[in-house]
Amino acid sequence: MDLPVISNTAPASGGGCSSSGCGTAPDALSHLPDHIRAKVQDHPCYSEEAHHYFARMHVAVAPACNIQCNYCNRKYDCANESRPGVVSELLHPDQAIKKVLAVAATIPQMTVLGIAGPGDPLANPERTFETFRQLSEKAPDIKLCVSTNGLNLPKYVDEIAKHNIDHVTITINCLDPEVGAKIYPWIYWENKRIRGVEAAAILIAQQQRGLEMLVERGILVKVNSVMIPGVNDEHLKEVSRAVKAKGAFLHNVMPLIAEAEHGTYYGIMAQRSPSTEELQAIQDECAGDMAMMRHCRQCRADAVGLLGEDRGAEFTLDKLDAMEIDYDSAMARRKEVHDAIIDQLEARRALPAAPAAPATALDSSAPLPAPLPEDSRPVLMAVATAGQGLINQHFGHAREFLVYEASPAGVRFISHRKTELYCVGGDTCGDEGQDGVSADSILDRTIAALAGCEVVLCSKIGFEPWGLLEQAGIQPNGEHAMEAIETAVMAVYRELAEAGKLATPAPDQKRA
Amino acid sequence: MALSITEACVNCWACVDVCPNTAIHESDPVFAIDSDKCTECLAEFPEAQCAAICPIECAIVDELGTPLNPLGSLTGIPVEKLQELLAVATRGQPAST
Repeated sequence: MDLPVISNTAPASGGGCSSSGCGTAPDALSHLPDHIRAKVQDHPCYSEEAHHYFARMHVAVAPACNIQCNYCNRKYDCANESRPGVVSELLHPDQAIKKVLAVAATIPQMTVLGIAGPGDPLANPERTFETFRQLSEKAPDIKLCVSTNGLNLPKYVDEIAKHNIDHVTITINCLDPEVGAKIYPWIYWENKRIRGVEAAAILIAQQQRGLEMLVERGILVKVNSVMIPGVNDEHLKEVSRAVKAKGAFLHNVMPLIAEAEHGTYYGIMAQRSPSTEELQAIQDECAGDMAMMRHCRQCRADAVGLLGEDRGAEFTLDKLDAMEIDYDSAMARRKEVHDAIIDQLEARRALPAAPAAPATALDSSAPLPAPLPEDSRPVLMAVATAGQGLINQHFGHAREFLVYEASPAGVRFISHRKTELYCVGGDTCGDEGQDGVSADSILDRTIAALAGCEVVLCSKIGFEPWGLLEQAGIQPNGEHAMEAIETAVMAVYRELAEAGKLATPAPDQKRA
Repeated sequence: MALSITEACVNCWACVDVCPNTAIHESDPVFAIDSDKCTECLAEFPEAQCAAICPIECAIVDELGTPLNPLGSLTGIPVEKLQELLAVATRGQPAST
């Protein structure tokens, strides 16, 4: 059985949704065939829309790995870090079950449980599948997912199918073993450590075979790729075409995270990460061939909560010991919460798209807003949100901002920007959290993280950051508190147009 | 004849799963090899399996204390660079958290 190949061609100009969707389906998923969309549209890791409402968690039951990636360092752990491969507390399967049930009872919006490491789940088959086996028995209302480097995938495809896991993520960074040799120094394969091009060739072949076997069994496959400038950036377009042709339903191109203090090969060798512009350019190019995912937060392998938040600290082993969970009653409550969210999402999906064209005025005597000039330049706006698709977060409380692009064609989600770039290392990396850094320098970093945005929308903002943002050429705006993001972004875009600010090039931004 | 695990180990379990003699167990502060059970895989495989999968340089050593995966052999990071980083880490060792 073949999954249909996905067509996700962006419209050439104007006229409705861009490649990542707008309005009612602010998503790459609007282009998917119905039976796939039905499976993924309420999944926070696949649907940009759903991630405002539903939460996910990872359990760190899979510490062992069978390959080395140059962006990974197995020695590293830090509670303040948020990136793949990092965990604070490794769990045995029984502990993982207890944690999942506790989180599911406490955070009823949690619908998805993934195993993503900190090593490779399929290099830990017993611990991984024991966790899945117990969960499908004890918490049948939780969706199960697994991520893998793909090396052992062909061997375990049938086991995956048995456990009712309907989504698998494979990290595929290349198709060319010469490129692969620059990313993977070695693999453990058939009882030997194999290096270089030979190792990469085996890994690539296994990944591709695993992808085909999953698709044959009707299991949805998402492909993750890490964009490494000068190594695989251009090559990723070919990867996108190939995995789409084999039936992957979504491609997630993520930026390399490489800092010297992480101790990774790339970090120490000063391999640079892509800029947000470079990442977006590659995502846009791949989007011609493939549904693209742009809201990925590159979670830790033990993340808990909505994407972009991490409530893992509420569910440490010592706290779990003190919790008594009645899962049957929790499951009833969970169902009520899920039904309410789905009703809310469906109501939203039934609304007309956030209008770029003038909305119908309620009072026919009121003058209609003028149409936006076709050549109005697109504007990036940052939004502080705590979920629900609303502008509902104080500027100073935002740990990340969502970036939207407004243009005459509508509003589209572009990316998220973290304010505290993963770990800042040094003095700030202890229990005292950010106390080691002055508020000024945090604010400077936040403003730097918003580079390229002309407006920042939030529920409230203090006097001092307001002034500094203005100085940096970013207009703060607290007038749309508690409004839906897309509607507010379009309203502000319209105000800019009416003020005649969209016919001219973007003003130069000064770094604060 | 047996291999052993040094404190460089990060407790990732990889070796436990591949040891043909079930000689490796969880221990404090790092995993340990039972010297009565370890055969260094001489009869079983061309390479000692724990050392063939271990991601950490200098974590698995032979009876003379010689690492099977010496510094610089797994990550491709030049040895001088690693030594430089080690020196900095030892000088500025923060209190453990």
